[in-house]
Amino acid sequence: MKPLLLRGGRVIDPSRNLDEVTDVLIVDGRIAGVGRNQGTPDGAEVRDVRGLVVAPGLIDIHTHLREPGQEDRETIASGAMAAAAGGFTSVCAMPNTDPPIDNQSAVGFVVKQGAAAGAARVYPIGAVTLGQKGEQLAEFGELVAAGAVAVSDDGHPVASGHMMRTALEYARSFGIPVADHCEEPTLARGGVMHEGAVATRLGLKGIPAAAEEIMVARNILLAGHTLGHVHLCHMSTRGSVDLIRRAKDQGVPVTAEACPHHFTLTHEACEGYDTNAKMNPPLREPEDVEAIQAGLKDGTIDVIATDHAPHHYDAKEREFDDAPFGIVGLETALGLALTILVGKGHLSLPELVARMSTIPAKVFHLTGGSLARGVPADVVVFAPAERWTVDAARFRSKSRNTPFAGWELTGRAVRTIVDGRTVFEA
Amino acid sequence: MSEPLGKDLLGLEPLSAEQIRLILDTAEPFKEVSERAIKKVPTLRGKTIVNLFFESSTRTRISFEFAEKRLSADTVNVGASGSSVQKGETLVDTARNLEAMRIDMVVMRHPSSGAARFLAERIQSNVVNAGDGTHEHPTQGLLDLLTIRDRFGRIEGLKVCVCGDILHSRVARSNLWGLTKLGAKVAVCGPQSLLPRNIEDFGVTVFRRIEEAIEWADVLNVLRLQLERMNAGFIPSLREYYRVFGVTLERLAAASHELVILHPGPMNRGVEIDSRVADGPHSVILRQVTNGVAVRMAVLYLLAGGRPEQAEAAKRGREGGE
Repeated sequence: MKPLLLRGGRVIDPSRNLDEVTDVLIVDGRIAGVGRNQGTPDGAEVRDVRGLVVAPGLIDIHTHLREPGQEDRETIASGAMAAAAGGFTSVCAMPNTDPPIDNQSAVGFVVKQGAAAGAARVYPIGAVTLGQKGEQLAEFGELVAAGAVAVSDDGHPVASGHMMRTALEYARSFGIPVADHCEEPTLARGGVMHEGAVATRLGLKGIPAAAEEIMVARNILLAGHTLGHVHLCHMSTRGSVDLIRRAKDQGVPVTAEACPHHFTLTHEACEGYDTNAKMNPPLREPEDVEAIQAGLKDGTIDVIATDHAPHHYDAKEREFDDAPFGIVGLETALGLALTILVGKGHLSLPELVARMSTIPAKVFHLTGGSLARGVPADVVVFAPAERWTVDAARFRSKSRNTPFAGWELTGRAVRTIVDGRTVFEA
Repeated sequence: MSEPLGKDLLGLEPLSAEQIRLILDTAEPFKEVSERAIKKVPTLRGKTIVNLFFESSTRTRISFEFAEKRLSADTVNVGASGSSVQKGETLVDTARNLEAMRIDMVVMRHPSSGAARFLAERIQSNVVNAGDGTHEHPTQGLLDLLTIRDRFGRIEGLKVCVCGDILHSRVARSNLWGLTKLGAKVAVCGPQSLLPRNIEDFGVTVFRRIEEAIEWADVLNVLRLQLERMNAGFIPSLREYYRVFGVTLERLAAASHELVILHPGPMNRGVEIDSRVADGPHSVILRQVTNGVAVRMAVLYLLAGGRPEQAEAAKRGREGGE
């Protein structure tokens, strides 16, 4: 592997409060130094990156890679490549595959497929309960030993308060977070979009904001009680943001993520019964979107995650009631974050890099999120001002289910480097 | 104006007041066709219409079929059971296969909101929404409007209250759109657990008590309370529903003025409506059913390219289409 000198870029490393125009040198897969006048090792590739941002690679702690079992939608290889194309150097794969990742050999399979993909790093998330059925705890110790970085029953929320309490307590032994999809099942049952004026007009069954907020409150109370780390997935409502803000003030061990679609779109996107606007949690109201943006600004929401959820064309080409929830997100996340959050002044560039790299690494205890000398060189180079049009047909993902097709965004990854090796270059 | 309604009739929301009035006016001459000994005009001769009913229906399906036959169209009825839908065929594939047999129109009833629009965007044929989920049932809304207009000579300024299970009612939504567009004052009344969120956005008043609604309204459109709502926990019992929300003769008698009562059917006598009301002088319920055929003839005629001003001629037996 040739040494690589990225020369003259705007280097942003939130782990060290660094934001300056300088050089980054990568040697033997590690960050050899950040700064001017480092010299150029023999045989090095020297790349002029003036006008571009050089940052620790993006980390997505909420991705559905569909393998094993639903390889027509995505494979670990195609998902890891889509991630790399989106500027991500690491993704965490949710366990709601078929069969679910609820035992050590399944975790090992994800690790092996991730390594073979040779793109973004792939970290498995294990199931909370066997088969994600909510009845019996999975063997967290073995899951972690095999490589799991967190546990979650995402897609099948942990309904039982007792089970959640036990999971939070037991997870403490292994130092991993329990990531929960917050949804009170009896309130959400049968719902296909946000309960509000648009659902009323379209005649679609709604999912009330309270269905999420009740479980956010429950999880916060249980985290406070057990001191286990609860991570709240894809927060979508103003009420959730308020609850988390209060909990953090009280020192409860809670972290939270939000998705690009929830800081970009409202339930109006469901007009016309567009199944690419059908996701769970659903797109909410303008004041919810504003609350998510404010939560990302003040740190109530720690992390931007994609909830990348590939679905086959046929599955979305259905009546709205019958179409599955979810959209792909790996290849639009950075562009949306730059366009909506940075472009409209909600976040600075260093704050954005923190929410998409440094903090997710910290929350899930992962490698990355830093350009400190000596760490593995997981690096993204992105063009913060480049305008481009989302063309779903060109996605590396196997799926095309996005509501952002045809959108003009500002900013995209131009080079993604994992362990010093370039895995994507525009 | 070669296509006064556009390709499809998906709901009353997308229609202008002028388009709604056009349908009602076009229905007038068609009323008479059904009163004749020989109930047939050749207007849609040679047109093929498929009635695609994925949900059970008696009144609407038969009404459409009569409308089609009295306009001399060739019709085929397809239901979910016994069709390829049971074998897992998608809605689009079913419709495209029918279209490959060269049909002109699809009349569809479907349990999912938005299904009619979904279909209309994917096939060439005209699509008439005969009820999609809890979204719209435009021809029911139109026949309700026609029946009210028959009785009062106008819609504008009338006070109309839609009563009952608004949450799950496509009839309610079509009524709210149609009535507000034509200038009626509109209200809803029902248990809060059966009123959808943000219903005020339709520009309607909400009455909590049926007595208040009766005192306010010129017209009540009383919705059917589906029996399964009790099992789903929306209301405690049908008995209490009748006691608290039932439209009874006593309640109507207590009002300071006469009301006109509509019901889209099928009725649950003794649940949402008292038999003495349903069968009494306030009721125009059977008139609604009669008007349903005329309204559907008007819709089919206009979608097939018929000229509104030629509807009178079409009724007399000459070709009305282009």
